[in-house]
Amino acid sequence: MNNKTHNPLFHVSKRSALPWYVAWAIRGGAVVAALLMCALVTTLLTGENPLQVYVTIFQGSFGSARRIWLLFQNIAMLLCVALAITPAFRMRCWNLGGDGQMLMGGLATTACMILLGGKLPNAVLIPLMILTSIVAGAIWAAIPAFFKAKWNTNETLFTLMMNYIATQLVAFFIIVWEVPKGAGQIGIINQSSQAGWLPTIGSYKYLLNIIVVALICVVMYLYLNYTKHGYEISVVGESERTARYVGIHVEKVIVRTMLLSGAICGITGMLLVGGTEHTLTTTITAGRGFTAVMVSWLAKFNPIWMVLTSFLLVFLERGSGQIATDFGLSSSYSDILTGIILFFIIGSEFFINYKINFRHSAEKEGK
Amino acid sequence: MFDFISFIPRAIMQGIPLLLGSTGETLTEKSGNLNLGIPGIMYVGAICGVIGSFYYEQSAGAAMVPLLAVCIPLLCSLLGSLMMGLLYCFLTVTLRANQNVTGLAMTTFGVGFGNFFGGSLIKLSGSDVPAIVLSNTSIAFRKVLPFASSLGWFGKLFFSYGFLAYTAVAVALVASYVLRRTRVGLNLRAVGESPTTADAAGVNVARYKYTATCLGSMIAGLGGLYYIMDYTSGIWSSDAFGDRGWLAIALVIFTVWRPNVGVLASFLFGGLYILHMYIPSGMNLAIKEIYKMLPYVVTIIVLVISSMRNKRENQPPASLGLPYFREER
Repeated sequence: MNNKTHNPLFHVSKRSALPWYVAWAIRGGAVVAALLMCALVTTLLTGENPLQVYVTIFQGSFGSARRIWLLFQNIAMLLCVALAITPAFRMRCWNLGGDGQMLMGGLATTACMILLGGKLPNAVLIPLMILTSIVAGAIWAAIPAFFKAKWNTNETLFTLMMNYIATQLVAFFIIVWEVPKGAGQIGIINQSSQAGWLPTIGSYKYLLNIIVVALICVVMYLYLNYTKHGYEISVVGESERTARYVGIHVEKVIVRTMLLSGAICGITGMLLVGGTEHTLTTTITAGRGFTAVMVSWLAKFNPIWMVLTSFLLVFLERGSGQIATDFGLSSSYSDILTGIILFFIIGSEFFINYKINFRHSAEKEGK
Repeated sequence: MFDFISFIPRAIMQGIPLLLGSTGETLTEKSGNLNLGIPGIMYVGAICGVIGSFYYEQSAGAAMVPLLAVCIPLLCSLLGSLMMGLLYCFLTVTLRANQNVTGLAMTTFGVGFGNFFGGSLIKLSGSDVPAIVLSNTSIAFRKVLPFASSLGWFGKLFFSYGFLAYTAVAVALVASYVLRRTRVGLNLRAVGESPTTADAAGVNVARYKYTATCLGSMIAGLGGLYYIMDYTSGIWSSDAFGDRGWLAIALVIFTVWRPNVGVLASFLFGGLYILHMYIPSGMNLAIKEIYKMLPYVVTIIVLVISSMRNKRENQPPASLGLPYFREER
């Protein structure tokens, strides 16, 4: 060949839109590959037969009625945070402060329960809890949003720092309200009077949370896809300049969306404290603010798909927790498995957005 | 009277992991990669060093050679964090994945990895406290110059640290020099500011991103190793490293992407981090929790001020967080 131009083995080009079922088949393939990898890792570490690993994972989530309820409760809570941060993400505003906003919501709820419990009837107290938790979460999100809108301060790092401030604030109030003095924890709030405890539906402790989150999910889907606000969020996310050009008040949209984001995080905190835990700890959020980022991103910011992705992550977490208990491994094992799955899915996005052209096919096209 | 002579060395020791982490992250960010996986990488760096020295202590027993006791954990730690750096680069540079999500996934994975293998080693060692104690290795790491103790407060302030602390300062100064004064540094900054321009000028964008991010990860991983081997005297316990990784990322902003500023800034952060132990607050434990907010509040203030002043040299690299694809306009 006299043609000396360098011809690489393959070159990468951008795909035009892929039909949604192909895209989801690729993601599904990535999940399967990741599950195989997880089984391999588990087998290497425990010497257990890989099929048994899957059985254990499944049992960890669906093994008993209690486990199924816990599974759904965890899905609901994770989904709720993911729903909260999604509007901000659609706007390309990386709200990593879900944890902090949840904690503030939880803190406001706790304050109501401790300070007003017994003084007000539940019919007044619970709406007050809802209101204060929404306000607290919204304020926590509004601070970074204000600076982002006004001076374009980096919201990723700002919200991240707000998490730790919220954690310390909660730690402060835990010591102020600790029962008994010196215990370093609040314990179950209003255990005898149950003041401020959200009502349970029938005997199902978690059902109310699940219903509330399902409602939020549907409303969020409609809000993002069928309202003017949702449209404005998408435009700002795609191109801020276009948004300005068509007359959208970008600063207003940023602050409004972050307020909404924080408000729903606040509600999540309220559901956790008032609905199920009835206490406040600095780790009550269990890092859901971060996991929610992945839930939301994996579902391409679509609230309906997020049900599926949050199920996947919670299922794995509980399943690998079960493996850890059964084989006497550290409970951090679930983080490793979650990490592996995420790496696979993150990597698979490449094959959805790009295609690889090998050399020989390029030559054929050249002729 | 506030006890400066005991406070400052503690603050510096607390600051060294932050300094290493932030130097690594600065290099990474200068190449346009916002690596939120640093907290995880620091865990991996720490646990890999712990694993290395654990097996060396087990196999060598009493016949430990100090040089090997230092080199083995050091190499293991570097290798572990290099792997994490490569993984991050493969996902974000080669596969052009979203950097925020990849970084958070790496943090989940890294912290889990650290605590998992830490927990397993605790079981292996069969100790009755939930911790691994590597005191012999730690002694090798904490060896100070022989004349340090004879110099009184001067020796305590300047010579009472292990070799990794001095390495950290040196690395930060070298990184600063390379970034600002060399051709390589110029190219690297160009890659971070505008990869398109760099590419047009003949700079291999992917290679620069890979090199900077992997080097950055290795430096950050050393921060984890320093914390275990030096600060805690060789004791690993689950989650002990805490949120220092996030503080290291905060420090990058605090120093407006200048590792040489980071030397003093990290000591300041280290001081803020432990200030609550030195402020007399009597029996009021609650107020201590408020003091612990200080580093984060200070970071936010710096973040806000630097964005308000909007000076061009104090801004993040322009293409920070964005993947680069040549065929995209």
